[in-house]
Amino acid sequence: MQLDLVTSLYVFLLAAFIGFEVIRRVSPLLHTPLMSLTNALDAIAVVGAIILAGEGKSELAKILGTIAIIAATSNIVGGFMITDRMLKMFKASGPRKP
Amino acid sequence: MFASENILEITYLIATALFVLSLKWLSSPVTARRGVWAGEVGMLLAIAGTLLHKGIVDYRWIAIGLVLGTIIGVPLGRVAMTAVPQRTALSHAAGALCVTLVGTAEFYLRAPNVPQFMMGVLSLEVILGALTFTGSLMAAGKLQEVLQIGGLKIKFTQRPITYTGQNFVNLGLLAIAVGIAAMLVLHPDKTFLFPLIIGIPLAFGVMMIIPIGGADMPTVISLLNSYAGLSAAAMGFVLGSKLLIVAGALDGASGFILSVNMSKAMNRSFTNVLFGAFGQEQVAVAGEKETRPVRSASPEEAAGILAAASKVVIVPGYGMAVAQAQHKVRELYDALTKRGVDVKFGIHPVAGRMPGHMNVLLAEADIPYDKLLEMDDINGDFPQTDVALIIGANDVTNPAAREDQSSPIFGMPILDVDKARTVMVIKRSMGAGFAGIENPLYYMDRTLMLFGDAKNFVGSIVRELSGGHS
Repeated sequence: MQLDLVTSLYVFLLAAFIGFEVIRRVSPLLHTPLMSLTNALDAIAVVGAIILAGEGKSELAKILGTIAIIAATSNIVGGFMITDRMLKMFKASGPRKP
Repeated sequence: MFASENILEITYLIATALFVLSLKWLSSPVTARRGVWAGEVGMLLAIAGTLLHKGIVDYRWIAIGLVLGTIIGVPLGRVAMTAVPQRTALSHAAGALCVTLVGTAEFYLRAPNVPQFMMGVLSLEVILGALTFTGSLMAAGKLQEVLQIGGLKIKFTQRPITYTGQNFVNLGLLAIAVGIAAMLVLHPDKTFLFPLIIGIPLAFGVMMIIPIGGADMPTVISLLNSYAGLSAAAMGFVLGSKLLIVAGALDGASGFILSVNMSKAMNRSFTNVLFGAFGQEQVAVAGEKETRPVRSASPEEAAGILAAASKVVIVPGYGMAVAQAQHKVRELYDALTKRGVDVKFGIHPVAGRMPGHMNVLLAEADIPYDKLLEMDDINGDFPQTDVALIIGANDVTNPAAREDQSSPIFGMPILDVDKARTVMVIKRSMGAGFAGIENPLYYMDRTLMLFGDAKNFVGSIVRELSGGHS
C-alpha cells in the first residue's frame, strides 16, 4: 500500500485544518489533558512498528521494531490512563458539602 | 485486493474518525472523558486490524513489545499530578524514539534504492524524531531536577546555561544535518551518511534545551509536542499510512496551537517560538536594587482581611506547585466559601511548567473547574475584587509588563492583580522572580507581603479562619 506524494499531502493538509479548528475550541482549562491525549493518539505509530517487527524482513528491522513497539505502547497505555485520571478530577461546583 | 487488506483499511478509517471525535469531545470537561474512550477504541481497532495484516509472519516480538510497553506504561499513567510536566516530556521522547527507530529500519530495508521524495520525508522524520527524543529527555531532566538511577544521582539545573556563539553553534549543527539530508536525497546510495542525520540531531536536541530556563518550559514542551507530531506525520508519508498522517497532523497542530498560545502569553515573537530558545533576550540583572519599604502581615492579619472580603481572587503560580500547597489552598477556598466569600482563581496561561498545569493541580485538590478562570475572563473582575491573593506567582502579576517600557517583560499580558483593593503576596523572601526582574507590585501601598512557605502560610490562615469563629 503506497500513497503518492499528492494524496499524502492532501490528507495531511485536511487533517491539519481539522486539527486547528477542533483544537482551537479546547478550553485552556484542559490543555494539560489535551497534550497527554494527543500524545497517546500520536502513538498510533505503533502500527508501523508492529509491521516492522512482524514481517521480520531483517534482523535490524525486528530489533528496532520491537523497541519502537515498547516505546509507543508505553505512550498508549500511560497516555490514556493519565488523561482519564486528570479528566476525572475536573468537577463542576454542583452540590458540595457545606 | 485481499479481504484482509480491506478490513485493515476499514479499521484505520474508523480509527481516524474516532481520533478526530476524541479531540472534539475534549473541548468541554463535560464530554472530555468520552473523548478518551473514543481514542482508546480507535487505538484498539487500529492495532487489532494491524495484527491481522497478512505480511506479519512472526508474532513473538510483537507480543514481547506490547507486554513490555504496557509494563512501562502503567506506572507512567500513575505518576503524581505534580510530576505531569516531566511525564509529558518523557512521553514526547518515547513517541519520538519510536518514530526515529522505525524510520531508521525503513531506510536500511529500502537502501540503496530510495526514491527522492521518500528519502526527503524519511530524513525529515528521523531529524525531527532524533532532536525531539534527546530534547524531550533533557526537558524531562530539567523538570525533574534530580534524577536517581540506582546509586547514581544526576542533577539538572532549571537555570538556563548560555555561552557566546550558542545560537551559531546550534543553528550550524542543524544546518549541517539538513545539508547531509539533502545530499542523501540526491545520492541515496551513500548509506554511510545516514547515521549522521540521526547523530547530529541527537546532539542538537541536547544543545537546544541547555539554554532554556524553567519558566520557558510551557513553550518548549508545546514545541516538542508539535515536533513529535510532525515527525509521526512524516512517518505516515513514508509508510503510506493515512491514519498515521492524520494522527501526526492532529498532534502537530495541537502542539503548534499551544506553542503559539504560550508565546503570546510570554510576549515572544512567532519566529522565537519556531526556533525555540534562540534569540531569547537574556535578562540583564536589574541595575538599581529596590530599597523602598514593603508592608508585611501575619497570618492572623491576612485571615482577618480575607474574612471581611466579599470577593477574593487567588492567583496561583509554579511556587504553589513546588510547595505542594494546592490542598491547603482548597481548605482556604472551603473556609472562605463557607463564610459566604466569593472565591475565584485567576490562571495565567504560562503559570506552571506546562500549558494547563495549574488547572490540573487545582482540580486534583477538588476545586470546581468553573471557579478556574483564564486571564482574559478574570482581568475585568479585579477592580471589583477586595483581595487578590498571589501564591507562588511573580512575573505574571508584574505591572511593569504593562507600564514600564524599559522592563524586559514589557508587553507581556499579565493578570491585573494591582487593580484589586488589597493585594496579598505569599512569598518566601524578597528575592526577585525567576526572570530576575523586580516586581513593583510588592511596593504598592495596597500590597501586603506574607512571608513564608506557601503551604504553611495558607495552613495558618485556614486555622485562623476556622478557629476565630465570631
